[in-house]
Amino acid sequence: MTSEHTKETKIVKEIKIDLDKCIGCRACEVACSAFHARPRYSSTNPARSRIRVIFDALNDVYVPIRAGDYTPAECTGRHSYTIGGKDYQECSFCGVACPARDYFKEPDSGLPLKCDMCESDPTLEVPMCVQVCTCDSLTYHEREVEVTASEPREEMEVGLEALANKYGWERLMDTAARLSKKG
Amino acid sequence: MRYAETGFNLEVDLTRGNIERVRTDPAWTELYLGGQGTAGRLLWDRVGPEVHPFDPENLLIFSSGLLHSTPVPGANRTTVDTFSPQTNLYSHSLFGGFFGPELKHAGYDKIILRGKAPDLVYLWIHNDKVELRDATHLAGMGALATADRIREELEQPEAQVAAIGLAGENRVFMATIEHANSSASRGVGVIIGDKRLKAIVVRGTKDVNIARPAELFGISSPMYRAIYENEFCGDTMAHEDDEEFHVNNFAWGNARKRNLGFWNKEREERWKAITESVRLRWTGCYNCPKDCHQAIRLPGKQTYFQKCYSKLTYAMAAYEEIDFNYEILALTQEYGLDGFSTPQVLAFAIELYEAGILTDEDLPGFPSSGGERFFYLVEKLVNREGVGDALANGVYHAARQIGKGAEEFDHNSMKKFEQVPLKLKMINYPYFLMYATGEKMNITQIEGSYPQVPIADKEERQRFVDRWDAAPERFKKWFLEWEPRTHPSVEAAVNICDWNETMHYIDDAIGTCAFLSSFRGQFGGRPPYHIYNLPQFISHATGLDMDPDKLWKVGHRNRNLIRAINIRRGLRRADEKPPEDHWKIRDPEMEKRLLDEYYKFKGWTMDGVPRAKTLRELELGFVAEDFLERGILTEGDDSAPEQASAGE
Repeated sequence: MTSEHTKETKIVKEIKIDLDKCIGCRACEVACSAFHARPRYSSTNPARSRIRVIFDALNDVYVPIRAGDYTPAECTGRHSYTIGGKDYQECSFCGVACPARDYFKEPDSGLPLKCDMCESDPTLEVPMCVQVCTCDSLTYHEREVEVTASEPREEMEVGLEALANKYGWERLMDTAARLSKKG
Repeated sequence: MRYAETGFNLEVDLTRGNIERVRTDPAWTELYLGGQGTAGRLLWDRVGPEVHPFDPENLLIFSSGLLHSTPVPGANRTTVDTFSPQTNLYSHSLFGGFFGPELKHAGYDKIILRGKAPDLVYLWIHNDKVELRDATHLAGMGALATADRIREELEQPEAQVAAIGLAGENRVFMATIEHANSSASRGVGVIIGDKRLKAIVVRGTKDVNIARPAELFGISSPMYRAIYENEFCGDTMAHEDDEEFHVNNFAWGNARKRNLGFWNKEREERWKAITESVRLRWTGCYNCPKDCHQAIRLPGKQTYFQKCYSKLTYAMAAYEEIDFNYEILALTQEYGLDGFSTPQVLAFAIELYEAGILTDEDLPGFPSSGGERFFYLVEKLVNREGVGDALANGVYHAARQIGKGAEEFDHNSMKKFEQVPLKLKMINYPYFLMYATGEKMNITQIEGSYPQVPIADKEERQRFVDRWDAAPERFKKWFLEWEPRTHPSVEAAVNICDWNETMHYIDDAIGTCAFLSSFRGQFGGRPPYHIYNLPQFISHATGLDMDPDKLWKVGHRNRNLIRAINIRRGLRRADEKPPEDHWKIRDPEMEKRLLDEYYKFKGWTMDGVPRAKTLRELELGFVAEDFLERGILTEGDDSAPEQASAGE
């Protein structure tokens, strides 16, 4: 046993999104929802999809957004930029799930949805949304990265961090202090 | 359990504001599948021939297709069915985009509208919550702008909207219903306007059940690439910069003359540069890999969508260039005007002015160039101002209202509806039949499975036939025998018309786009969907036991039902006349024979009325009884000949 961290490599899966190529057909939404339906393919319901195309057709905004990791902060999403004579909205640049919108929640339960890169059993070589994106707006890439292997974190640590992200450390500490006094 | 359909329609009485969710009869799905088929049955049952299109009793039906909201790529065309004040006949249109699938996810297969709202309203459907809301603040607003405004107002960025612009509000006969990148034309926009409904807004998040999901997904997913890579489907011409086909073959002005010699390489380069400078991107419809629609933005103007041959219709009617076409579309799309009929109406008015029938009194300050005149006339038309009030009723009615010989200038309408401006030399047998007998008013909604032109080289012809999976055997034989500059036999012509129209009736029931099937066999002969593979998609989706013969029969049933609706409103053989100058060289004897043989083949009387036996064989016995009761038919008609099936 050594206390030093070991160097390892791991495959990082990526879906690259080329906004200029998107034709707004939403095939990605259809295929994603079908693949993740239980039983598999039992329904195609874009409202359950983990990838959604945000439209603002009059401003030529077509942005496929995946249900990525939760971001603790909302951006205002209201800035627009002009690049090469073309207007872009702020969300054109952002690849994460947008908490500013009501996306990525199961319509029945309200529980959050998250893209799993179609890794459920059996894992797909290429995620479903990419497979049906014939216009190549979505492309799949793998890259090998060197990672520092670390001890798996304790459950409590993960939980506390999540609470801190949600409420801030100060409130968390205050609450913990108050509760511990009661005990 | 209902599969591929929700099993519910939404019934909205706009007069009383009453809204009901009504369970549908699954037997109807087996008989008519859905879309236009089931809408046709509703119109037959509930709108009698005495109902005028502007009566509150007229229904306006928005139907999803049977395959909408299944994984089948390219199933997204919503049908709109009603009666038209222009023709006083059945009026049918289709639009792409995202509306039908969204409606099904909200829990409804159809929206059935009746009555008239006291003031401008919009219908908001959010799953089980459905309400009529005030739309007076949206009066006069453009169609796409209305959609944006409502989405903002409801805080529903994902809601799908179908809306009208000023043309619909003012009951202009060529008004459209606009949705996303698509439009419904051919006389349905005037009815939604008459019903004082500015828009329908839908958001749906429910599931739609599929009978054999894994099997259906299994055959659907390879279709994405198959469709994407198939160069013979989608709007193939939209992506070409060489416009020779339309510019040279279609007539300019008021469907008057061909402008041969206009097209050249220099113009192609110039038009291409203009198009590229205004195009933001190509866009597609729900779950379809083809990108048939251009998003267009001119400096200082709102974005709009251009589709099909509307890229040229205004320019050719006004004798202008393509930049003019893009400019006027920016206006007419927001007003919600049909890009096929409107240019013809405007060109007709210019002819009347030049002939002295319309004067400076009718058109004060009338400009001198074609383009400026079009902009001037559009305002009159859309506001029904002055002579625009007559023009807004279409060429046929306008000619009779204006009088003074204006009737002579109405040379391109049939069944009182403006036809595609094609003025060709030699009569074409199958086309004669399709024009004459079609119920869908525009040839593009009837033609499409059998090739338009023969292949001269015999070996190439053989190769074409060898891989012609879409065609029933008999057509292969006829195509192999077809030499350039010859007519197909009468028997072949009748069958070609039958096949072409049948495929459209199938598409329009299940919601698949004609650009992937019924319209896309005529060049290249390789439509991704056809009579032999569609049954499998329908079977897996619905659990019905469908095969090519049964599907063919459904197509025939729906075709006869729609025919019957028009027959009950008075349509007869005498109305089935393509415009006199449609072909320069006509053959009245052959035309009579063609029509006789077609009616015989269809099992109709020589007056074009489906016979009782035909109707009963198609399980349309209730139509036969009605015809007998009304004296449209008398019992004891000659028995109808056997009809060819898909497998022959």
